[in-house]
Amino acid sequence: MDNGSLGSSVAAKWRKKRGSLIMALHEIQGVKGFVPWEDAVDLAEGMGVPLARIYEVLTFYNFFKLDAPGKAVISVCTGTACYLKGNDKVLEEFKKELGIGEGESTADKMFHLQSVRCVGCCGLAPVCVVNGKTYGRVSPNDVRNILDEWRKKLSEEGE
Amino acid sequence: MVKLKIDNFDVEVPAGTSILEAARQAHIDIPTLCKHPDVDPSAGCGMCIVKVGGRIMRSCCTPVAEGMEVITGDAEIVDVRRTVLELILSNHPNECLTCIRSGHCELQDMANTFGIAHSNLPSLNKKYEKDDSTKAIVLDPSKCIICGRCVEVCQNQQNVWALSYLNRGLATRITAAGGIPLAESPCIKCGQCSAHCPTGAIVEYDETQKVWEMLRDPEIVTIVQIAPAVRVAIGEEFGYDFGENLTGKTYAALRRLGFNKVFDTNFGADLTIIEEANEFVHRFTENPQSLPMFTSCCPAWVDMLEKYHHDMIDHFSTCKSPQSMVGALAKTYYAEKMAINPAKIRVISIMPCTAKKWEITRSKDMSSSGFQDVDVSLTTRELCRMIKQAGIDFRSLPEEEADSPLGEYSGAGTIFGVTGGVMTAALRTAYFYITGEELGDVNFKALEGLDGVKEAEIDIKGTKVKIAVAHGCGNIEIILDRIREAKANGEEMPYHFVEVMACRGGCISGGGQPRVMMPGQPKPRGITDDIRKKRAKGLMNEDLKAKNRLSHHNESIKTLYKEYLGEAGSHRAHELLHTHYVARDKYNKK
Repeated sequence: MDNGSLGSSVAAKWRKKRGSLIMALHEIQGVKGFVPWEDAVDLAEGMGVPLARIYEVLTFYNFFKLDAPGKAVISVCTGTACYLKGNDKVLEEFKKELGIGEGESTADKMFHLQSVRCVGCCGLAPVCVVNGKTYGRVSPNDVRNILDEWRKKLSEEGE
Repeated sequence: MVKLKIDNFDVEVPAGTSILEAARQAHIDIPTLCKHPDVDPSAGCGMCIVKVGGRIMRSCCTPVAEGMEVITGDAEIVDVRRTVLELILSNHPNECLTCIRSGHCELQDMANTFGIAHSNLPSLNKKYEKDDSTKAIVLDPSKCIICGRCVEVCQNQQNVWALSYLNRGLATRITAAGGIPLAESPCIKCGQCSAHCPTGAIVEYDETQKVWEMLRDPEIVTIVQIAPAVRVAIGEEFGYDFGENLTGKTYAALRRLGFNKVFDTNFGADLTIIEEANEFVHRFTENPQSLPMFTSCCPAWVDMLEKYHHDMIDHFSTCKSPQSMVGALAKTYYAEKMAINPAKIRVISIMPCTAKKWEITRSKDMSSSGFQDVDVSLTTRELCRMIKQAGIDFRSLPEEEADSPLGEYSGAGTIFGVTGGVMTAALRTAYFYITGEELGDVNFKALEGLDGVKEAEIDIKGTKVKIAVAHGCGNIEIILDRIREAKANGEEMPYHFVEVMACRGGCISGGGQPRVMMPGQPKPRGITDDIRKKRAKGLMNEDLKAKNRLSHHNESIKTLYKEYLGEAGSHRAHELLHTHYVARDKYNKK
């Protein structure tokens, strides 16, 4: 995905519109999956917004990522139904198995773990979604299987 | 004017005044940890609650209204404030015994006042790594109470934008952009964050141990110099009133600490004026397109220029600061004169400033003697700590004199520590250089006081010299904008000569000055305009009373040029007393 900094070109597009910093950041993350440092530095220069302010915004909103996420993004639903059905324990199991916290990626950039609020299929609660594939009625015991399945899949794709 | 009742007393204040401010004017102290007179209210800490018609509200951000009835401290209010304080303390390491701020901490004062002996709240305090990357100021986010003063000062007052909030909620902390080390940010080390911090979260980088070791080594010749602004603030740590000028006692204290030679940065200030006035006259008469010329004795301003104002670099005076001039001469002129091996000399400077710690290694020009010209730069606060550690009874010290030859100074040298002072001193000498005559009245009233930007037109025998003085980095922009606009339109420059000091009021309120609470002093602790005015007066009065008020009449400086430098702007003067500037990026691109 490393196709050079988008900061200057995105800044040129949004510079004139007041209050458009968030839109500009959305655009960068939309293309790159996260907001790299170089892009933020160029964006600051191009938009005339201090970099310190840009990082205040980036770290205020959960949505923005500062690092490249893992190839498989695991979204564990902690919406009301999933939470009551015990998805917090599933989330804990993922953290334990991967050795990372929420919003973090594994060192090998294989997995990214995040919690989300409702994915719209409460009937299947508790629910996890990995790169668009939905797993319903999961329990902590399923975690290892899900990870193995994706490790296999990602390594096959890699070859 | 608005009339209201505060605790049943009639109070009359201008419309728009906050309840907090109105109460202070009536000598009623409402506690606060975030509101500071220098910054807008942020309603951050929650300590300043009062009751208005039975409703609890924050007094820092609530303006007075006609007929308002305010209660500032009943049992319920005290109870709520104590709870707020307990919550703040539950996210504080409570390491007072080993905290550099202990005894001068607003949070500690508050905990004492409210008698928080113990708390039932579990500690949520997180350990963060300290950031001492600048080697000038140290950031300890674990001790931060997120009052926001430093961010407000850094972003809006100083317009530096080095500090910012990272994350949100309980995870919020104060860092440079994205959590990078402060040294890799646009931080100019002015230390105004530390001057306004209510806790030990931002403090000076303490180097007292280094100096103790130099003093202990019998092989080493220690030379110390004190900056102008130190003498009118040091007394605050020893029970003197704000602004008392204690030059003689400070010299005596330094000798008792064991420094071999006691010099004065004011000598360097006089010398700076000789070189700077000479440079200005040359630019003015021979090279007018290089005007305006900016003063360059403030290291935070130098740092800001190199990072923020690349188009202004050619307008910068090439003169080093007084601190650096004294350092360079101590290891050359003085060493030769006294036949001391400069390798054995250590120059220690006492400065009101945290950025001076950065200045001493900012470029290879800072080692013009063949060695690092100034070895350690201590803040006033660090010196006070050393005096106390040595058990010196400061108040009973005699008044002593500085050593010769780098100790003599004029009134012009001493006012370097206050906004307008450098310009005043320079004009006195420039007038002489241009006309060959002395100024009748050496005071420039228009350059005194705390207005952020001061302008004047000086008539030098028919030649108009347009000058400006700015202090507080945010105010510099106003002047730069005017210059840039004139440049873009090909118009005549609005100024010929501009003095800049990064801190409001000048060095007297530098980031390294004491933060002492006097009995009866309106809160908060630390620098306010009231204190700025008193410290400024301490320097101005010394100048008013001085026998010699002109840098070019400093006899030791005349001898220095005769014996060693030749004339102002000579080749040797350039080697030792001048420097270069380079454009640098605000951030690394990784």
